Amino acid sequence: MIYDPAPLAIFIFLGFVFGTVGLSFYLGRKAKSSEGYFAAHGQIPWAVNGVAFAGDYLSAASFLGICGMIAAYGYDGFLYSIGFLAGWIVALFVIAEPMKRLGKFTFADALDAKFNSRGIKGAAGISTLVVSIFYLIPQMVGAGSLIQPLLGLPHWVGVVMVGVVVIMIVVTAGMVSTTWVQFLKGSLLVIFSTVLVVMLLQKGLTTDTSSFETIGPLSEQELKQKTIEGREVIPPTGGWLSTAGKEQEFIRFVPKDGRAGYDIFHIDDVPGSDEKLLRQAQSVTGSGASKLIDGAPNGRESGERELQPIGHLSKLPGGETSTGPLGPISFFTTIGDSEVILWGNTTITNPEGPKTTVYYQKPTAGKRVLRPGEHPKFAGIRGESFGDRLNFLSLMLALFCGTASLPHILIRYYTVKDGAAARKSTIVGIATIGFFYVLTLYLGLGAMTSGALDLTDTNMSAPLLANSIRPWLFAVISAIAFTTVLGTVSGLILASSGAVAHDLLIGVLGIKLSGEAQVKVAKLAAVVVGGIAIILGVLFKELNVGYLVGWAFSVAASANLPALVMLLFWKKTTKEGIIASVLVGMVSSLGWILLSADTYKSVYGLDPNDAIAPFSQPGIITIPLAFITLIVFSLYYGNKRDESASEASA
Amino acid sequence: MNTSDSPSPQRRFNTRLGLFLFLVYLTLYTGFVLINAFAADKMETIVLAGLNLAIVYGFGLIVFALVLALIYGLMCRRDPAEDVATEEAASAQGDSK
Repeated sequence: MIYDPAPLAIFIFLGFVFGTVGLSFYLGRKAKSSEGYFAAHGQIPWAVNGVAFAGDYLSAASFLGICGMIAAYGYDGFLYSIGFLAGWIVALFVIAEPMKRLGKFTFADALDAKFNSRGIKGAAGISTLVVSIFYLIPQMVGAGSLIQPLLGLPHWVGVVMVGVVVIMIVVTAGMVSTTWVQFLKGSLLVIFSTVLVVMLLQKGLTTDTSSFETIGPLSEQELKQKTIEGREVIPPTGGWLSTAGKEQEFIRFVPKDGRAGYDIFHIDDVPGSDEKLLRQAQSVTGSGASKLIDGAPNGRESGERELQPIGHLSKLPGGETSTGPLGPISFFTTIGDSEVILWGNTTITNPEGPKTTVYYQKPTAGKRVLRPGEHPKFAGIRGESFGDRLNFLSLMLALFCGTASLPHILIRYYTVKDGAAARKSTIVGIATIGFFYVLTLYLGLGAMTSGALDLTDTNMSAPLLANSIRPWLFAVISAIAFTTVLGTVSGLILASSGAVAHDLLIGVLGIKLSGEAQVKVAKLAAVVVGGIAIILGVLFKELNVGYLVGWAFSVAASANLPALVMLLFWKKTTKEGIIASVLVGMVSSLGWILLSADTYKSVYGLDPNDAIAPFSQPGIITIPLAFITLIVFSLYYGNKRDESASEASA
Repeated sequence: MNTSDSPSPQRRFNTRLGLFLFLVYLTLYTGFVLINAFAADKMETIVLAGLNLAIVYGFGLIVFALVLALIYGLMCRRDPAEDVATEEAASAQGDSK
């Protein structure tokens, strides 16, 4: 799709960004000491900290990724919402108070509280860095996709802009300003998402049968003619004849009105007869500047074509065309009784020239988008394979265990004054985040039926839904989404800079630094990590935003959670056990991900069938593995120590 | 940092309450995940006000998380050791200024 930058959008957007940075400078004047920089002096009120939790947590993945997934396939994206929220239960009931009691600035502090071991600081510092950087990439990619439609700038400009602004926020003020930015962003996100959902329900649902053409029904004989209903058929060649052993799927026509390219249609069966129906499709050939849309260059001039926005209902219950205002329950029941047009895609390979991806309409019963299993990644739960089910269980386990082990969430426990405040702010966090996740299902399904979606970028679903309701709302929602990225990225960079300065340099290398020098080193580390994030954000531009976040959760849950939980609940835990568990959890989950079918396909571009890992999500194997490692190492070294102690006394 | 080996009775109560509520939620979450993984068709059953099990159970898990969190917040006891620590920290900060 081609986006028009709107002056109002740019104005509101820049207002947000300057407001945020200005606030950060204002608050940053006071944060000179290390207590101020890393933990905001532990003086943040618990209610503010709670909303800031939401600000930290509701990243681009939640807002853009989940809404996009729901818009494209229905309920499946909501499974992420449920898992992400459930993780907070672990955080509140198991982790919150001990974290606050044991630590000072970083996650490594808490792990190391009993042992004072360089090894633990080193292992925990490295795992913090790895998880944060994994989590940073999708945020940066998301920022780039947002800037494109909003300001009409290329993707990399967006990534660089986020990087620079965030580095400024973190360097000027550390935790104090980061917290207030999170608070602002968290509240705005929830308030305006609510506004959007209310307006969506007010507008109700409508059918659209005119955006895309339908031809037929046609008999087999008619389908073989050289002209169909007065349109001239382009004789199929190469990949257009058959795809992967299947019959011919598409028919291309010479455009009627002398336009460039071709009109393409998907051949659909008519249920209960031999006849076929032709439904209009859209195709993209190649990429970059030489990209072709339906066989013509991408653009709006004559001789060019652009992708049409998608997402509509083809039938409402009772043959209506518009429902009028709906309630929060009738919204779901109405969709359940309607017919939705989803879009599938097929790749056509031709011996010469680049590949063509054809997107085609898939009329789908509304019931099917309100149940799990429609997304290709989740379709396995309706299949025969046991591995697919394990993969699903593994993902849900990683989401459940991941939240409580994300370093940028954990450090937020040090910004309040005591355990009771940590508890209360977590409860506020759960309320805010839970409410938002309820909204995601409305936003996603609303986008699915808004007629405004971009075929090639599901990440833009929520902002485009806003655009279909009111253009100013698009500006506000995009600006909030952008600050969402800013907020999460600053939290992550802060966590990484703490890991470098506090855990690795001081803890492991034993360099002695005064409070102020520590802050300087941390700021320098923030600039370096920010730089790395910018580079990775540009490199991984093609990857789905929700995808890498799943990785970060798996790695965090495998590396950090077992050590943390065992330290709290098992008296025999030793430092060797903790170090081994963090390292084994981190390396095994990372290795598994890098060798999985998903990565083969979307990162290396290799055949996913060659992948070594049996399924894509590592959690169900690597989390228990890290637990076992901890127990084995702790028992071994614990016994050894007992023996040497008894020998010494004898 | 207070890392004394004998936690106060209040803290022990809070820890046990936390673990109990955690197990309650874990059971419900596991139920949801297992139904999805092994009986996905059940999720289509209409259970309440025309809504299917997927939506009711899913929203239920979100609302129930908040309910449990509130119960925990209301029932938790204040840890006296922590109060002392907080006061000490506050007075130490006051001195340094």
